[in-house]
Parts: sequence; structure tokens; C-alpha cells
Amino acid sequence: MSAELPILPEEEIVRKKLDWELLKRLLRYLRPYRGSVVLSVALLIVLSGLALVGPYLTKIAIDRAIAAEGIARAERVRILARMGLLFLLVLALEFSLRYAQVWITQLIGQKVQYDLRMEIFAHLEKMSLRFFSKNPVGRLLTRVTSDIEALNELFTAGVVEIFGDVFLLAGIVTAMLLLDARLALTLFAVLPFLFAASLVFRLKVRDAFRDVRTRVAKMNAYLQESLVGMQVIQLFGAEGRSFARFDDRNRDHLLAHLRTVFYFAVFFPVIEVIGAAAVALLVWKGGSEVLEGTVTFGALAAFLQYTAQFFRPIRDLSEKYNILQGAMASSERIFDLLDTEPEIRAPEHPARPGPLREAIRFENVSFAYDGGDPVLRDIDLTVRRGERVALVGATGSGKSTLVTLLGRFYDVGAGAIRIDGVDLRSMDPGDLRRRIGTVLQDVFLFSGTVDRNIRLGDESIPRERMVEAARIANAERFIERLPGGYDHLLRERGAGLSAGEKQLLAFSRALAADPEIFVLDEATSNIDSETEALIQKALERILAERTSLVVAHRLSTIRNVDRIVVLHRGRIREEGTHEELLAAGGIYKTLVDLEYRNGG
Amino acid sequence: MKELLRLRPYLARYRASYLWGTLFVLLTNIFTLLAPLVLKRAVDDLRAGALAFPLAAYAAALLGLALVQAVFRFLMRRIMIGASRRIEYDLRNDLFDHLQRLSPAFYERNRTGDLMARATNDLNAVRMFLGPAIMYLANTFFTFAFGLALMISIDLRLTLLSLLPFPFLSIVVNRLGKAMHIRFERIQEQYADLTAHVQENLSGIRVVKAFVREKDEIERFRRLNLEFIRRNMDLVKVWGLFFPVMSFLTGIALVIVLWVGGLRVVGGGLTLGGFVAFTSYLAMLAWPAIALGWVLNLVQRGAASMGRIGAILDEKPAIVSGEGRDAPPVRGALRFENVSLGTNGTAILSNINLSMPEGSVTAVVGPIGSGKTSLVRLIPRLLDPTGGRLLLDGVPLADLPLERLRGAIGYVPQETFLFSLTVAENIRYGAPDLSDEDLARVARLARIDEDAKLFPNGYDTVVGERGVLLSGGQKQRIALARALARGPRILVLDDALSAVDLRTEEEILEGLRAFREGRTTVIVSHRVSAVRDADRIVVLEGGRIAEEGTHAELAAREGPYARIHRKQLLSRKLEEID
Repeated sequence: MSAELPILPEEEIVRKKLDWELLKRLLRYLRPYRGSVVLSVALLIVLSGLALVGPYLTKIAIDRAIAAEGIARAERVRILARMGLLFLLVLALEFSLRYAQVWITQLIGQKVQYDLRMEIFAHLEKMSLRFFSKNPVGRLLTRVTSDIEALNELFTAGVVEIFGDVFLLAGIVTAMLLLDARLALTLFAVLPFLFAASLVFRLKVRDAFRDVRTRVAKMNAYLQESLVGMQVIQLFGAEGRSFARFDDRNRDHLLAHLRTVFYFAVFFPVIEVIGAAAVALLVWKGGSEVLEGTVTFGALAAFLQYTAQFFRPIRDLSEKYNILQGAMASSERIFDLLDTEPEIRAPEHPARPGPLREAIRFENVSFAYDGGDPVLRDIDLTVRRGERVALVGATGSGKSTLVTLLGRFYDVGAGAIRIDGVDLRSMDPGDLRRRIGTVLQDVFLFSGTVDRNIRLGDESIPRERMVEAARIANAERFIERLPGGYDHLLRERGAGLSAGEKQLLAFSRALAADPEIFVLDEATSNIDSETEALIQKALERILAERTSLVVAHRLSTIRNVDRIVVLHRGRIREEGTHEELLAAGGIYKTLVDLEYRNGG
Repeated sequence: MKELLRLRPYLARYRASYLWGTLFVLLTNIFTLLAPLVLKRAVDDLRAGALAFPLAAYAAALLGLALVQAVFRFLMRRIMIGASRRIEYDLRNDLFDHLQRLSPAFYERNRTGDLMARATNDLNAVRMFLGPAIMYLANTFFTFAFGLALMISIDLRLTLLSLLPFPFLSIVVNRLGKAMHIRFERIQEQYADLTAHVQENLSGIRVVKAFVREKDEIERFRRLNLEFIRRNMDLVKVWGLFFPVMSFLTGIALVIVLWVGGLRVVGGGLTLGGFVAFTSYLAMLAWPAIALGWVLNLVQRGAASMGRIGAILDEKPAIVSGEGRDAPPVRGALRFENVSLGTNGTAILSNINLSMPEGSVTAVVGPIGSGKTSLVRLIPRLLDPTGGRLLLDGVPLADLPLERLRGAIGYVPQETFLFSLTVAENIRYGAPDLSDEDLARVARLARIDEDAKLFPNGYDTVVGERGVLLSGGQKQRIALARALARGPRILVLDDALSAVDLRTEEEILEGLRAFREGRTTVIVSHRVSAVRDADRIVVLEGGRIAEEGTHAELAAREGPYARIHRKQLLSRKLEEID
């Protein structure tokens, strides 16, 4: 039965040799489902057995009833009825067991997939920022998605089904040998051809499909690039040349496909010819045995049916190796990720200092991102309890990095940061971060409701506190204007909200957690003057109550703080109040003249 | 189904292939279906104990029929599936050609991802209709027509009885196919959610960590993951039925032949050979019956997809080229006459009146969102004004052939877009015949020549992920070289050097001085240093011209330009502190 139906374009398969260590580690994931695996294999054995029954029943029906002479007609009719009913029973049994088997196997595959996905995701959540800056989101995403799917095939189609194919083949061979060894051995003469044809086809088609895949990728990449850059194509009158380039890729793609069409067009007829050869052998050799009386008509018919059953498992088996290879590459990538230790971890016995009594101290802190130039050098800075400190400086002066270090998203390169004398590194990062309310420069919004974005799913924050936080942050008014209020669904990354509104949401988010320390990396974006005023009022209220460290871009924000620290090229260059610094006429004065606007 | 009528011209183009293909389907079937008759004769002869021919002859006949059949089956697949691939190719080219004619406004309305889906998934669904669907439809028709005739010639009643399960086979396959399709789409939706959750978490990891939400995010992921495998198992419920049902129903047909056929043989109405032939015919008819159910789904999906592709092909380009009258060569004098631009009731530009004489330099400055980019996009007709008009050398732009208009313009857009071609190919993008000397000249003008020496393969280095990753400034300079390479009468720089450092920008502008001679130049910039030498500076605010004049005039006049100017002097000063 030739069908294009089951042949789906395979995932990008990187060739990889079988690696037993990897395979063993993979198979460990099947352990929790041992029982189901055993059941599934047992069902496969039963099913292989059942597949042999049908042809045998046919044999009995022919020999004892249909072609049986010298037996009473009533008896023959009775035997026929018995065989017919038995056959029906076998069909029904086969149907239900096959369904159960497929279901169980798929469930195992899905569960293993689920477990792996959870493990990877949980592991990713543990990794530190440095890891994410080195690994692009897209690449990590494929670990949780397509890499796992490649493994799914191994756990379902690979490991379990391989038993089914082997059992079925063994069963057919045995049945044939038992029926008539001589005829069976004659028939096995076609097997090498069948094996060879299947193998050659698999290899050819695999290469051809790989070609197709790379060409599809090339063509689609070109198409996408053209769609994105259409304006440039049109501006430069390059439509004709661009079309020619596309046509090249489209034609390559066509040719690759025609090659696979060719292989399929050859393969199916060849298999049928091999099948016909088997039938011809049966008629020729089997026929003469019938004449000799050494084989019955029934056995001949059974042979015919067994031959037809032979083909599928042989074709399947040649495919299994491909699946194994594909799984190797994916599992290696997955295990590489799982074996990467998170850089920032809680110490075994973390210090748990009480509420802030005295001060946060940066002591001689230096820091550089991976192998780069130092971003911060010898920073000594004390923020006392209840004090509000603003960091100012030009782009690239290290302000944002400084506040990032306070949340221990990176560890300092040299020196230390201490809270009441306790080094951050001796604390649980979770405990530390819970004490700090952070508002980042680029407000990140999750898809979901306003509520989800303020409470971030923390059910321990009462709804009243969320509403109160939104009120203090001046976000209440615009939230209530949204359809559904707090239950309003935000679109992707908060599309539809203005930059100012996003800022207010971020304030609410930080306040809802009721932090002891407030850290703000002020947004630089343009905000309409009305929202700007709301933000300033909210900030006034927020800062009045908390120890704060603020990266400031607005003069009005700076007016709300006790002390200003001027960073320039990674060093603290000036420190003091607004008036003092202005009077000194240094970097700060220039900065103020340059970019600090008064309320928009 | 009428969507599929659109395919008529394509089918007509490959009429011969489809006719030949159908003929081979017919021949394949004839030779395939003759084999059981040979088997019948052989078995009947054996039964009678009197062979009309030696057994080897029967065997040879069977093998011979199979070989002939195989040749025709090969030709049938090759020709019919091949034709569908060729039509797919034509259709994809036509779609691409059409997409190239559509204006920027179309691309703002349609997401790239959706357009890609049209050109890939939908096109594939149409291809499945053109290839397998048509081929299997023809195959099912002939197999049943001949198969039935031959079976009836053996035994009418048995034929009718044994074929009873076959309609169910088609129906079940069709229904299951539909159910599988729906469930599969539901899985895809959940998959998208799952992926989005991971992506969001990875992109927003800083927030997740700052608020210590890791546990909660893992819990959310667990729920999504659970729902995902639930939906997968939903599919398994249906998909798992597919093959068992097929073998069950074909098995039933076999049981009927065994039982009823057996009785007929016992009763003497059927020979043993006829009985054996019958079982062979049933095996041969099973696949076409299954294919029929599958094909009906392919036709439906193909029609739906063709509808979506057709919607793009029906899209009319918003910007239409003017008539190709033999106008004199472009000189480069531009005039904006009371030009307005608005979308959905919001005015982007209002009543712009500007004259840019041939060879002049006009600078456009103003805050973000003041309409600067829209203003210059009107010049090569990436946009058409909603009010007023633009004139080039006194001729309305709408009357000029687009090719001629755009051919006279060197445009450097704000967002640099380079193709993943080599640096040289990118520079030659609008001027394929540019000589190597001229290429070196414009590269030097754009100050990309020194950088190119450092690229792994010089000008032959591929841009982008596969080749060298360029800095923003390098990309902008290549884009500038690309515009200069055309030797344009009008040069438009839309904030074209924003990622280039101040000193290099000044060098470039200095170097361009000679090149600009005689050409009309329009510069949009945030930097005063880039615009101060312009013949005229236009300050836009809220889509209107707030003030205009030379640098000296504007700097002296306490207006918006003077404020911008002062700020930039200060930032210069800050950069000099170390």
C-alpha cells in the first residue's frame, strides 16, 4: 500500500553517531514509567501473535472447508462459520489492543516530554543574567521546544516500536518455516532485495530530504528578508534582480523536490515488483508442491498473506536508526544545558539579616562584563537607612550597572557590597531581592491581565494592597479607564499602553511587593507631560518612605533626593546636593544644562 | 470550492502532463488488476490437476505484469506529482512577483509572519491538492471502475457483499482526518502559548528574578505543559484509531470473502481460483478507498488555502506608476505644494510648502514624531500625500514612471536594512553595473573602505549572521555607499548617520561636499553639525513647518532650532571630559 500520507518533513537532523552514554542517560527518563513500558511491549508481543492468526485461519478454512473434498457439506459450512467468527474475534481483539498500545506508548512519550520540559525550564529559571547575555533567547527556546520533540520520537516510535517490528518479523519467519520449511526458504530469497531496496531508498530519501530542507530554509529566508526589506527593493528599483534571485532559490527547491519525487516514484513500484516476485515464486514452487501433494492450497494462501505482512516492519526498521541519530544531537544539547551550573546560588547556610538598621555599603567595588573594559572602578558609596540617593551621569557611565549589582544579578569583580555589614554573597539571592523593589529602565510587561503584571501572580499579596499600590503609583486612574480594569488583558509587551503608563504600572508592581529598599532606573523615553506630572507625584510619595537608589534622568526626580552621586566613566566624580554641585560647576552642571528638563 | 477555479490557467499550462498522467494511471490499473486473473487461472488449473501452461509461465506472467505496471506507476507518479511541484513553483514565483508590486502601506497592514504562512503552509496545501489529491482521485476512480467490473465478472453477489465495508472506510478516514486536523490545530495553539511563556520568561528574566517569581513562573509553565500534553493525548485518541480502524474494516471485508465466498465455493458457484482472486482484489481496493477519504480533506484544505493566497493576489498596488511618456532626464528640482498627509483622521503632515531647487541642500530637523521621515518618504513615493502634490522638475510625481522617479533618487533610510549578500553586492544593489573603481570610490566617500579591509573577505564578505556581524555605524555607511552608487540626482539622508560617531560623520559630510555638487540633497538629522551648512534648514513640529532659514538666521532667533543647537554644544563638551 503506497501512501504519501505518513511521510512528513523531518526536523533538522544533525548527524551524530550513536553514543551509548547519552542513550543510557536518556533511557533513565523512562524509569518512572517502567510499568507502562512493560505493558506496552507485552501488548506488542500479543499483537505480533495476533497478526499471525488471520492467515492461519484462512489456511484452515481453505483446507478443511473450502477446498476440502470428501467431507460432508454441512461440516464444511460449520467449519467456515467457526473460522469466520474466530477471524472476527481476532480482528476485534487486534483493534482494541492496538488502540490501547498506541495510547499507552504515546502517553509514555508525552509524560517523558513533560518531565524533560519541566526540568529544563526550572533549570533556566535558576540561571543568572550573565548566562542569558551569552545565550540568545531563540537558541534557548529550541531546547524546550524542538529538541524535546526530537526526543519524543525516540521514546515512542523508537524504543518501544522497535520491539514490535522485531517480534512481528520473527513471528512471520517462524510461522512460514512451520508451515513449509522448503517453500519458506525459497521465499526468503526475495528478502535481501527487500532489505536492499528499503535501505537504499531510506538513504537516498534521507539525503534528498536534507537537501529539500536546506533549500526550503534558503528560499524562505530569502522570502522573509525580501518581505522585511521590500522598501529597499522598491527604492532601488531592484524588483527584477530580486525576482531572479528568488527564482534561483525557488528552482533549486523545485529540483530538490523532483529528486524526492523520483525516488518515491521508483521505490513504490520496485517494492511492488519484489512483492510480485514473491507471489510468482509461490505460484511456481508452491504450485509444484501442491501438485506433489506436499503443500495444501490453504498453506499457499497463508503464505500469500504472510508475504504481504513482511514488508512494513522491514521498511520501519530501516527508519529507526535515523530516529536514534536525530535524538542524539538533541539530547546532547539538552544535557549540555542541564549540566551548566547556575553562576549565582544561595550559600548553604545563608545569612538572614533583619530589616535594614544602618546602611548599604559599596566598598571599593569594581566590575566588568565578560572580558570587557571595567564598567565600574573603585566605587565607595554608602546609602544610609531612609536616605535617598540619585545616580547621575552620561550614557555609559555605569549607573545602571551599579544598581544591578545591588540586586546581585552579577557578582562584583572586586570589593564587596554589604547590607548592615553582611556581604550580599552570603545571603540567599531570593531573600535579598525580596527586600528590594525594582523599577527597570525598560518596563517589561507580561502578556496577561493588569493584575498579573502588578502582583506577578503572587497570591499572597492581597488585592487591596495591589489597588493601594496602584493608587500610590498614580496608576489607578488609567487602569480604571481600561475595559475590565485590573482584569484587562494587556496585548503583547503592553502594546497600546504609552511609555508613561507602563512606567506607572512598573511603580505599582514594585510597591505591591512592599519593599524596604527602592531601586529605580528611570526611563529616558519621551513621556507626555500629563503622565510625566503623575509620575513625579508618585515618585515623591514613593521616595518619601524608603531607602532609595535612583538612576535619575529628570531634574524633578533629582529634587526629591537627599544626595546626588555623579558617575563618569565608571568612577564617582562628584557627590553632594543639587545646589552644592551646581555651584561647583563641574560635570553635574553640564549634565543639568544638557539633558535634565524640568517636568518635561 | 470555487477558489480552486483560480488554478485553471496553471492546470491548462500543464494540461499535457495531467492528460499523460491520467493515461498512466489508467494503464497502471489495467496491468495491476490483471494479475489476480492470472492467479485465478493458476489456482484453478492446479485444483483441476491439469495445467494449461507450465507453472513457470504463470509465474513469468505475474512478474511480467508487475514489471509493466511498475513502469507505468513510475511514470504516473513522476509526471503527476512532478506537475504539481512545477505549478507550485510557478505559483510561488507569481506570488513573489505580486508581493514586489505592493506598496509599503500593505506591509504595514500585514505581518511578515502571516505573509510567510501564505507562501509556505497555504501554498503547500494547494500543492497537495494539485498533486496527490488529483492523482489519487484518478487512481481511485479507475481502480474501482476496473476492479468492480472484474470482480462482478467473477461473482456479482460476493462483490456487493465484500465491498460493504469500503464506503465506511472512506467515511471514517475522512472524518478522522478532519478531527485530527482540528485537534492538531489546537495543539499548535497551545504550543504557541507554551513557547510564548518560555520566550517571555527568558526575555523578562530580570523582572522574574528581581521579584523572586521563579517558583510561580515554573508553576505557570507546569500548567501550560500539562494542558499541552492533554491536547496531544486528545489527538492520540483520534489518531490512534486511524490505523486500527483501517485494518479492522479491511479485515471485515476479508472475513466476508472468506465466509460468504467460502460458502459459494462449497456450493459450487465459485472456483477456488476465483476465491483467491477475490482476496487479492480486496487488498488492492483498500488503499484507493482510504485515499478517497483523505483526498476529500485535501481538496477542502486546498480550497481554503487558495482562498487566502487569492486574497493577496487580488490586492491592488496602492502606488501606481505614472505613464511612461518620454520625459527629459531628471534634473532634481523638487517642490511640495500644500502637501498634507494623514491616516485614520490623525494628521502627520499639514500644509507643507517647500521648494528644493536643483543642486540645493535642505535639512529637516525636529523632535521625534514631528513628521520628518514621512516628509522625505513622499519623495520616492513610498507614500502618496493625502492632500496637495509634489513636483519634480515641474512634473507631478504621480505622472512620472516610478522607475524613472526612483532611479533618480539615492535614499538612505532611517532603519538600515542590508541584504545577506556580500558587502559589494549590497553596495551595487541599485547599480549592478558599477565598476570596481566606482565601487571603491563610493566606499571611500561613505568611509567604509577602511572597515572593508578588515572584513574576512574584504568586499566579498557576506553581511549578517552567516558572514560578518556589522556594527550599526558600519551598516549605515554601507547603506550610504549603496545610495551614492546610483549617482542619484537627488540624495535623501534620513537620519542616515545616527550610529556613526561624530567625527566620522563630519568626515563623511565633508567628503560628500564635492559629490553633492549639482545634486539636490535632503538631510534629516538630529545633529546640528550635520545640518548647519545646509542652504536651508526646515524645523518641523507636529507635522507643520515651525521655522525655516539658514543656520545663522535660525541660531540667532531664540526658536526651537536655537535650543537644539545649544544642547548639542553641551553634549560635545561632556564628551571631552575624561
